[in-house]
Amino acid sequence: MGVEAVPAVELENVTVAYGRTVALEDVSLRVAPHEFVGIVGPNGSGKTTLLRTILGLVRPVRGEVRVFGMPADTVGPLRRRVGYVPQIAPVDIRFPVHVFDVVLMGRFGQIGLLRRPTAADRDAARRALERVGMQHLADRQIGQLSGGQRQRVFVARALALEPDLLLLDEPATGVDPGARGSLYELLNRLHQEGMTILMASHDVAVVSQLVDQVACLNRRIVLHGRPEEVLGDEALEGCYGRGAIFLAHGRLPHIVVKTHPEGGTPPARPPER
Amino acid sequence: MFEILGYTFMQRALVASTVIGIVTAVIGVYVVLKGMAFIGAGIAHASFGGVALGFLLGWNLIATASAFSLAGAIGIGLVSRRSELREDAAIGIFFTASMAFGVLLVGLLRGYNVDLFGFLFGSVLAVTREDLILSAVLGAVVLLTVGLLYKELMFISFDPEMAQVVGVPAAQLYYLLLGLIAVTIVISIRVVGVILVEALIVTPAAAAYQLTDDFHRMMAIAVGIGVLSAVAGLFLSYWLNVASGATIVLTATALFALAVLLSPRRRRAPARPTGESEVAS
Repeated sequence: MGVEAVPAVELENVTVAYGRTVALEDVSLRVAPHEFVGIVGPNGSGKTTLLRTILGLVRPVRGEVRVFGMPADTVGPLRRRVGYVPQIAPVDIRFPVHVFDVVLMGRFGQIGLLRRPTAADRDAARRALERVGMQHLADRQIGQLSGGQRQRVFVARALALEPDLLLLDEPATGVDPGARGSLYELLNRLHQEGMTILMASHDVAVVSQLVDQVACLNRRIVLHGRPEEVLGDEALEGCYGRGAIFLAHGRLPHIVVKTHPEGGTPPARPPER
Repeated sequence: MFEILGYTFMQRALVASTVIGIVTAVIGVYVVLKGMAFIGAGIAHASFGGVALGFLLGWNLIATASAFSLAGAIGIGLVSRRSELREDAAIGIFFTASMAFGVLLVGLLRGYNVDLFGFLFGSVLAVTREDLILSAVLGAVVLLTVGLLYKELMFISFDPEMAQVVGVPAAQLYYLLLGLIAVTIVISIRVVGVILVEALIVTPAAAAYQLTDDFHRMMAIAVGIGVLSAVAGLFLSYWLNVASGATIVLTATALFALAVLLSPRRRRAPARPTGESEVAS
């Protein structure tokens, strides 16, 4: 009764600026619990900023951001409910730390200061590693993994805190096509189990198959709706810039570029097949 | 040949060196892994203004040096996190300003018998009983703090943004780490001096980094190398009758060179990813 009334993520007229550069303008978005929402849009369209705003890492100049009904920059309990996988983790891969330790770090927030990880924390980290199929590499130093393996470790780190909401920023970056399938399969399974997921991606084809809702972002939310509504829409041009046409091959939309859009950033490449 | 241990000054020097060897190595692990070597050097140099001020006012030098190095640490932290200025430029501004201030004050001190050289490059003879007690107490505080916040300090060294995301107070811990570096430097400058203290922070940790890819082991090895350098360097300086600070630093450098030669990292590099073929390019 009314349990689902609180949206997992709620942005109201959010504007974010870095200095004079406006990264997000008047963005409103609601993600219901258990929903899988994909955010598509060209490079530089604000996808990463949107995720960082939801995480409370970036403060909007206008508008409100609430996560599970709490302001996004809440320090306490909220931080235990949100898992995040950055596009490229800003880490030194030569850092002397092993895969298992990295995953365990996901729990450091809820373990709290001055306390050591308990058996329960280690179990959670182990389960997260198993979910991404990396348990056999638990003792590897992280620099000895391939990019795709490392990405899965960072997914495991986000899962280790047993979040209710998972934010992923282009999780397929650096992952070779073969491993991409298993990554998306994992996301699909998490979704089936009731996890709320918000994923930024330029892989329109994949997004359309996985998610419940697509938001097309280009500083503003240009379109928002069910994948078949949004991706069939000619208005998707408005998101990727003039000249980009989406051709539907069965269910998979492809992006074809007629002319370069002004502004310089090329539109997203057609999904490799 | 250990008759020198009969001398009080040598006993003090030995205890002080051991304490410093441990504390600098522990802090050095974070400094090296977080890429803060220049910050460490900056904070160390910033303490010089405090040393000169302490001389002029006749105050406890560790107290005035602490004030300056802590102020330098906070200043560097504020500028690097809040302003558009690049961190290294901020450090360059802060530490040279403090050094210049110190040089001015030393000019005013002409006529006094100031052991400036000892403060710049270290002198075991200068270690008084109070210095020793203060060093031991402050060193214990640093080690205790690191012990209590061990996992968080490791996390913010590895991935500060994700630390913040999962609810670890990354910004506050960064300032704390700067403060710990400042305290570590202050308790070390009597023995190795303002100029050379950075070597004791960076070198043992960098040597340990050559020998292991495990964080906890790196910490242990760094401490071993730090203590070995401090103690062996001290005895060498006595027997060879040369400057103690410099001898300690060069001993650490020699151990670093040895670590590079023995490093499994060199044999292993370049790291070969296993399984997936994403480096096929």
